[in-house]
Amino acid sequence: MLKWVLSAILATAVLATPASAQNGPLRLTITDGVIEPLPFAVPTFQAETAGAEQLANDISRLVAQDLIGTGLFREIPASAFISQPASFGAPVSYPDWRAINAQALIGGAVAVSGDQLVVKFRLYDVFSGTELGEGLQFAGTVQGWRRMAHKVADAAYSRITGEGGYFDSRVVFVSETGPKDARQKRLAIMDFDGANLQFLTDSAAIVLAPRFSPRGDRVLYTSYESGFPRINVLDVTTVGRQQLPTAEGEMAFSPRFSRDGQRVIYSLANGGNTDLYTTDLATGAHTRLTSAPSIETAPSFSPDGGQIVFESDRSGTQQLYIMPAAGGEAQRISFGEGRYGTPVWSPRGDLIAFTKQNAGRFHIGVMRTDGSEERLLTASFLDEGPTWSPNGRVLMFMRETQGAGGVSSLYSVDISGLNLQAVPMQGAGSDPSWGPLQP
Amino acid sequence: MHMTTKAILVLLTLSTAACTRPDRFGGADGAGAGAGGADGANAGQLGGANDPTSPQFFAQTIGDRVLFQVDSSSLTPAGQATLDGQATWLMTNSDYLAIVEGHADEQGTREYNLALGARRANTVREYLISKGVPQSRLRTISYGKERPIEVCSEEACYAKNRRAVTIISVGSLS
Repeated sequence: MLKWVLSAILATAVLATPASAQNGPLRLTITDGVIEPLPFAVPTFQAETAGAEQLANDISRLVAQDLIGTGLFREIPASAFISQPASFGAPVSYPDWRAINAQALIGGAVAVSGDQLVVKFRLYDVFSGTELGEGLQFAGTVQGWRRMAHKVADAAYSRITGEGGYFDSRVVFVSETGPKDARQKRLAIMDFDGANLQFLTDSAAIVLAPRFSPRGDRVLYTSYESGFPRINVLDVTTVGRQQLPTAEGEMAFSPRFSRDGQRVIYSLANGGNTDLYTTDLATGAHTRLTSAPSIETAPSFSPDGGQIVFESDRSGTQQLYIMPAAGGEAQRISFGEGRYGTPVWSPRGDLIAFTKQNAGRFHIGVMRTDGSEERLLTASFLDEGPTWSPNGRVLMFMRETQGAGGVSSLYSVDISGLNLQAVPMQGAGSDPSWGPLQP
Repeated sequence: MHMTTKAILVLLTLSTAACTRPDRFGGADGAGAGAGGADGANAGQLGGANDPTSPQFFAQTIGDRVLFQVDSSSLTPAGQATLDGQATWLMTNSDYLAIVEGHADEQGTREYNLALGARRANTVREYLISKGVPQSRLRTISYGKERPIEVCSEEACYAKNRRAVTIISVGSLS
């Protein structure tokens, strides 16, 4: 019942986007970024051990914040509650929650023993008066409490929408300081919501465009530490790094992992010409994929690993192309006005996200893999470099402001074009890469 | 006397080279202070901007940079004239090596601009080779849109950022 309701809302949101070109009340709803979010209630989780009250409160607040942040849910404030759950797992008095129009009710409990934290969770479909799925229990450390809250929110999101969640995930990006003509860049990693920021490199050399491995254990990026652009592989846990061998006089950049994490696809510039190559990380074997006098860059594999989407200016301007993973004939898929770059294949396989530059503005957009149904989701002076949430529902990207004081920061937007938000983070940043859901 | 002068010159140019390495913008060696370019010696001294054999003379009088049109790596007539001067200077001062840096303005995506900068740097390199500079003395690097010298978001600034800069260096291009 609950599941059906939200699916209907989601379908409306997606269908409504093309309809926004028409007149009528629906258009106001969409341009205001308001859909009819599903109302839910999260009574403060039960503290089952003495002293767990603060954590119980923090965790229930973060669960609510995750769900609200999707734009698909609306929280009913505690001040409206008619009753409180007596204890975790006690029978729910559904009429009290129906009366305040809470469609979903999230119950939870928190127990702390030394450094160990246990979080329990149940989800109720208020209008059908049933529990949605089984109760779940997560165990971890007190320091990892945010991850456990994200896991609860992922479970609730996933059960209600029928899609995977994305809250217990991390983003690697380039942290930026300093003025535009003397910018300092260093690799950093943080939770998807900006918490737990850590630096992975110093700012001694330019670093660009980090990309997570499919399992989130390694990061590829471009570094100038040798004096020339080269590709590094960095182990996220040890922060140890290794440079991919690159011949004298060549520049390597724009790397991305294959879906099995075994190979790197990237651009190599030699004698002013940029083409696509792969390198097998285990054997070091190189394969050249393109041999054209044009610029071929920004490659991304399809989820099944069989195809590559990339950008090329072989037609005279930057456009998007798809070719077999082993190279070969490429099909152009972008045909709209302007220039298209930085294509990224969605984890669901159905969409390509891209940066579009047209008439002095930059956009983040999506199109089907055959180039149809192009939709622009954002517009600004400089929006660039989309990266997909693990469930393929949200895109994160960088937005840079105009002028001498221009600063980059990270934003996210739902693929419906709704719910554009600044990522709450410390300082300036660019080039986000969204990692997988953590185990 | 001549020998002495030569030795001083070499010393000066070595210290300049420390400021003109391609990674000069940062790093533990504190070379960031030299980011403005070859200003390691004062004008009027031997090796300064008045000495036609100095890198400073190259940068200031010959002209160390050429500019490009939007999304183009073709040389303008003015650019060709500058490069003719650079080639002559490099042929005369054959002890020096050169690194050609390619740059782009901020109107473009990061990867594309890196590739575009590589094209611009290579255009300059090939032109210099066509004028007789041995290719063993030339190396290229692209900074894409990472190192603007002008920061406004207008064509006046973009025009100066779409550039290829020839950095004079000594030693081996290894």
